[in-house]
Amino acid sequence: MDDFLVIDRVSKSFGALRAVDGVSLSIRQGEAFSLLGPSGCGKTTLLRMLAGFETPDSGRILLGGKDVTGLLPEQRPVNTVFQNYALFPHLNVWENVAFGLRMSRRPREEIRSGVDRMLELVRLSEHARKRPAQLSGGQRQRVAIARALVNRPQVLLLDEPLAALDLKLRQHMLVELNAIHEQVGTTFIYVTHDQGEAMSLSDRIAVMNEGRVEQVDEPEALYETPRSGFVATFIGDANFFTGMPVELKHDGYLRVQVEGLGSPLVHGSGFVSSHEPVRIMIRPEKISLTLERPQSGERVNAFRGVVEDSVYFGSHARYHVRAGEHLVIAQLQRSRFSGGGIEPARGAVVWMSFHPDEGRVVRLEGAA
Amino acid sequence: MKRSRVPALLTLGVIAFLFAPLVVLVVNSFNASRFGGEWDGFTWGWYEKLWEADEVWESLGVTLKIALSASLASMLLGTLAACALHGFRSWLQGVHSMLVTLPLVMPDILMGMSLLALFVVTGVETGLATIWIAHVTFCLSFVTMVVLGRLQDFDFTLLDAARDLGATRAQAVRKILLPLLLPGVLAGGLLAFTLSVDDYVITFFVSGPGTTTLPLRVASMMRTSRSLPVINALSTLLIAGTFLIAALSFRLQRRA
Repeated sequence: MDDFLVIDRVSKSFGALRAVDGVSLSIRQGEAFSLLGPSGCGKTTLLRMLAGFETPDSGRILLGGKDVTGLLPEQRPVNTVFQNYALFPHLNVWENVAFGLRMSRRPREEIRSGVDRMLELVRLSEHARKRPAQLSGGQRQRVAIARALVNRPQVLLLDEPLAALDLKLRQHMLVELNAIHEQVGTTFIYVTHDQGEAMSLSDRIAVMNEGRVEQVDEPEALYETPRSGFVATFIGDANFFTGMPVELKHDGYLRVQVEGLGSPLVHGSGFVSSHEPVRIMIRPEKISLTLERPQSGERVNAFRGVVEDSVYFGSHARYHVRAGEHLVIAQLQRSRFSGGGIEPARGAVVWMSFHPDEGRVVRLEGAA
Repeated sequence: MKRSRVPALLTLGVIAFLFAPLVVLVVNSFNASRFGGEWDGFTWGWYEKLWEADEVWESLGVTLKIALSASLASMLLGTLAACALHGFRSWLQGVHSMLVTLPLVMPDILMGMSLLALFVVTGVETGLATIWIAHVTFCLSFVTMVVLGRLQDFDFTLLDAARDLGATRAQAVRKILLPLLLPGVLAGGLLAFTLSVDDYVITFFVSGPGTTTLPLRVASMMRTSRSLPVINALSTLLIAGTFLIAALSFRLQRRA
């Protein structure tokens, strides 16, 4: 089912602020989907509309073909894992998880077995009688997940699920969340501002900015072929150059004249008009640094620059290389130096090179 | 460096200042001497006299009746007032907030006189009902303040969470908000109870024939030195009761 959860031209304003501005999305059944964006981009408002806490000003939300736009939170087959978990402090773990089933007046036996099974899934059976205050952050989050999933929702919403955890625990919970998703097969919708989280949790990501969806794609596609400058900088780092298109070759590559860098060849997809300047994007780790001019001929773009600064990160190092008015960021694995035998020092003249496939055309507007 | 003795001495001094009168009172309630100037030997006599003083027990009954009903009513009204003050935004809330806090700072004598004036003008006969109304008026403010404090700390996403899990608005309030507010409501109620038991000035104005509360009775007994030691005995029992209630209230607030 390709259109399990359909968000159809949904808008929501708070006073003069358009928090969500004509967003349309279509989410598949069983998918792990992320709404990714900086704070204030409208992702949380969108989540609250999916949960039923806010009503859209216009547009519809369809779940399994049914219009749920006007339904109250308690009437929707949707459950939420809140950012601060919102566990009930006066109830113990077991009662917290049982809350939803009790509200829907399920038989006592069904509640007991359902809660026990869910606590087993999140490995908290031995903590069933504890109060939330007696648990660690990671355990609290697992209670929140169990409390939502025990109701067998059609969609599980997770609001910044890892934001409250420390780094080590966060990496552990990433693995755990993926395992839980695989096991229950429910549609998961994450809201996050952390691109790393979104990349490792989701099948697809919608990148949001200022109330609109910039791009919806699989994580790898978002990284390799971002369509806008905003997406390129929000997901990973990027070098941008603006230039005039010179020639669209019949093999699909585009030659662009960039002041100070000559006329590099880039991947032509996304190119629209030859009369306007274009913006090209290259990831720092796609740029090679060498002391000699690379030998690979026409297919490689190469230009000279001077190393201004280098920062060491352990597994890799970053170089800021000045080429005319441009300051290019290149990121190199440490192992590459030992292979090439060079470590460019500050002030060294180096050759920067990248393959045409690594240069991408992105939209001019909306760039950071 | 030698530690200064001043803090310890100061603390002892303050404790003595606060509790010496109570100690004298308790000791005298077991003193055979009528005037308590000197120790005339141990006796249960005053307690026996107290046991036979029917008018004291009658007054205690009146006091408890009023204190219980007034604190229950102010728990209910005070909680509602706190919820209204916390939940709604309007320019009227400034007035509302002032009305609630006013009885906390208004002199008792002013409140008693104004209430009496009101009852006289409206032709309401003073008695149990008027005392009850007066007590609810000032107890309400204390309960509201305590509950309002609890509400300001309350995490309202808990109500969102409850509704997300299928609870209606009313169910969310009943299952989540009320149980979490309850310790605050009870603590406020206990405070109201002790204030009501204690009140003399306001009650003096609005009481009528046959509705003498315990503080009024004690004050009238003071006029005859014959019953002074009986008051000592009564006070000793009251002190014990007060400590018990205070300890209970403290524990409730700590748990809250």
